[in-house]
Amino acid sequence: MDWQSWLIGIVGRALAFGTPLLWGTLGEIYAERAGVVNLGVEGMMILGAFSAFAVAQSTGHPGLGIMVAAVVGGVAALIHAFLTVTLRANQYVSGLALTMFGLGLAGLLGRGWEGIPLRQPLPDVTIPGLAKIPLLGPMLFEGQSILTYAGLILAVVLWIILYRTRWGISIRSVGESPATADALGVNVFLIRYLCVMFGGVLAGVAGGFLSVDYRPSWTEGMTAGMGWIVIALTIFAAWDPLQAIGGALLFGALYHLSYRLQAWLPPELLKLMPYAFAILVLAIAGLGGAGRRRGAPGALGVPYARGEK
Amino acid sequence: MKRVGPFVLERRLAPSRAAVIGVSVLAVLAALLVMAIIFWGYGVSPWHAYATIAKSTLGSRYGLMEILRRTIPLLLCGVGLVIAFRSQFWNIGAEGQLLAGAVAATGVALYSGIPAPWLLPTMFVVGFLAGAVWGIIPAFLKVKLRVNDVITTLMMNYIMIYIVEWLIHGPWKGPTMRGFAYTDTFPKAAWLPTLPLSRVHWPTLVIGLVAAVLAAFILARTRLGYEIRVVGESPDAARYAGINFLRVSLWVMILSGGLAGLAGVGEVGGIHHKLLSPVQVSVGYGYTAIIVAWLARGSPIAAIMTAALFGLIFAAGDVIKVALRMPFQVTGVFNGLILFFLIGVELLMYWRVRLAPKGERWTGKAGSSES
Repeated sequence: MDWQSWLIGIVGRALAFGTPLLWGTLGEIYAERAGVVNLGVEGMMILGAFSAFAVAQSTGHPGLGIMVAAVVGGVAALIHAFLTVTLRANQYVSGLALTMFGLGLAGLLGRGWEGIPLRQPLPDVTIPGLAKIPLLGPMLFEGQSILTYAGLILAVVLWIILYRTRWGISIRSVGESPATADALGVNVFLIRYLCVMFGGVLAGVAGGFLSVDYRPSWTEGMTAGMGWIVIALTIFAAWDPLQAIGGALLFGALYHLSYRLQAWLPPELLKLMPYAFAILVLAIAGLGGAGRRRGAPGALGVPYARGEK
Repeated sequence: MKRVGPFVLERRLAPSRAAVIGVSVLAVLAALLVMAIIFWGYGVSPWHAYATIAKSTLGSRYGLMEILRRTIPLLLCGVGLVIAFRSQFWNIGAEGQLLAGAVAATGVALYSGIPAPWLLPTMFVVGFLAGAVWGIIPAFLKVKLRVNDVITTLMMNYIMIYIVEWLIHGPWKGPTMRGFAYTDTFPKAAWLPTLPLSRVHWPTLVIGLVAAVLAAFILARTRLGYEIRVVGESPDAARYAGINFLRVSLWVMILSGGLAGLAGVGEVGGIHHKLLSPVQVSVGYGYTAIIVAWLARGSPIAAIMTAALFGLIFAAGDVIKVALRMPFQVTGVFNGLILFFLIGVELLMYWRVRLAPKGERWTGKAGSSES
């Protein structure tokens, strides 16, 4: 069945390419739900990608590489949290600075590591039993990265935490109305710090996935704007972890198609597709929302100072 | 008012000019300090690094000229971004708008057949328009559909980068370039004149300086400038006053994108004389211009100074690459650091520290009078 193998190929690759987008978007959703925009995703991802590769290559343990990437992403996000939460700096500018810094630092440190294939990439996993289901099995459960499965489970868990637990209420209230949350005894600063750092951890893992799993190698600028797609996806997913799965899959498929269609269209024009599509998707979301920012946390982007107004 | 030991911290509503300058200098110094640590970590003596940079940039005529030529695109993009930021339009797309100008200028130079004396002026006009068109798409989407301006302007960068890649690999690939991904070299009539023994294409520099002065005039003295400021400082007041957001945003992005487009014309017409890989046409001028504009704090005239500062940093990047054998990415690290420190110390500007008056006692109530 030709169309079946075609479909299996598309969905399978969309899942793979959607994985870093999903991880990044889930992290950004949590940061923004707590009221902090972090435009530094691209920077945190590239730092994660480099550190994961460097650690995996020198130790031979790709899993350790991913863990280090998570820590590095978290530390990078800590800078952003300190500047925006404690010093109440402009969130846009701080995030941009983080991206510039991350891209520069990764490029600087990564000089000698370029073009070497990773000796031990993260192994792909086939889930026994589930992979036997016709069509769905090979599409979803055969030869995917463990991070792909983990990302999907994480999305569900994060949705439950956000909407069904006290923590979730605290996070959402901090993003909606920090003064009210503060008055009710919620530690606004702590929650913002934790959410921003959590976002950084996930962005770090997203970057690590790229360099030790998807393309087990290190190239300067290998995130190629994916961090920005993540920020668009956060809006597109209406700050909802479950909707992020759909968004990540859609853009994963788009990235994959931009390789598939090279027989018919020039590769350069195909590569711009995800970016053009991101604008289109947000424009359509804008049309649908009739100008209202659906789902956006009320205090998004606004620093909180105790006792002011 | 807060009391800390023998000092009192007072809040002020508007920072004084001295505070702004002092705090900005402090930020740059702090970034230099952290950068010294990075040099040291890379195995380069920071003292040697800074001495080499100073000697090869500020210490020679060639170095000074290189600073100047790097300043040109930063100035044009920076002035445009100052205008955009004044209206709270987050134009992160100067990079793409610059490239749009470069593409348009290349099209005119290679394919229009316009006779010599009119060729360069046409390149500038068309380059401005191309940058403006690339800028007004996000403006339209922001006002009409509330699409986030940061994201659209950024995505437009990537789209333009791949359009340039496509042009130089495909339809515009120069037959005389032996397989390299360049267009053909421009005819001599499309080369911008330069100062002797340098790459300073002075007509673009003049345009940049005039643009800074004009932008200052527009912001301070015209109705459009007034509307830009009201939209930026108090959108609610602007709405109440019946200011047309679409009109203001479109004008802002025509100017902002157009100026970046002019920078692109200068780069291909004055330096490269052909269209080539986007990372070579612009080594991140559009992104660095964000810092140029932020450091200028809303003043186009101040952008002349801050553009020169970052011109120096780019020139230093070249020195670091050649003399110290470190990658050019050092500039990216440094730019990020400066930006971190700039916004990090911003809060300082709004506080004044002075000795507490004698006899005044801490009652605990003083803290609540802070507004």
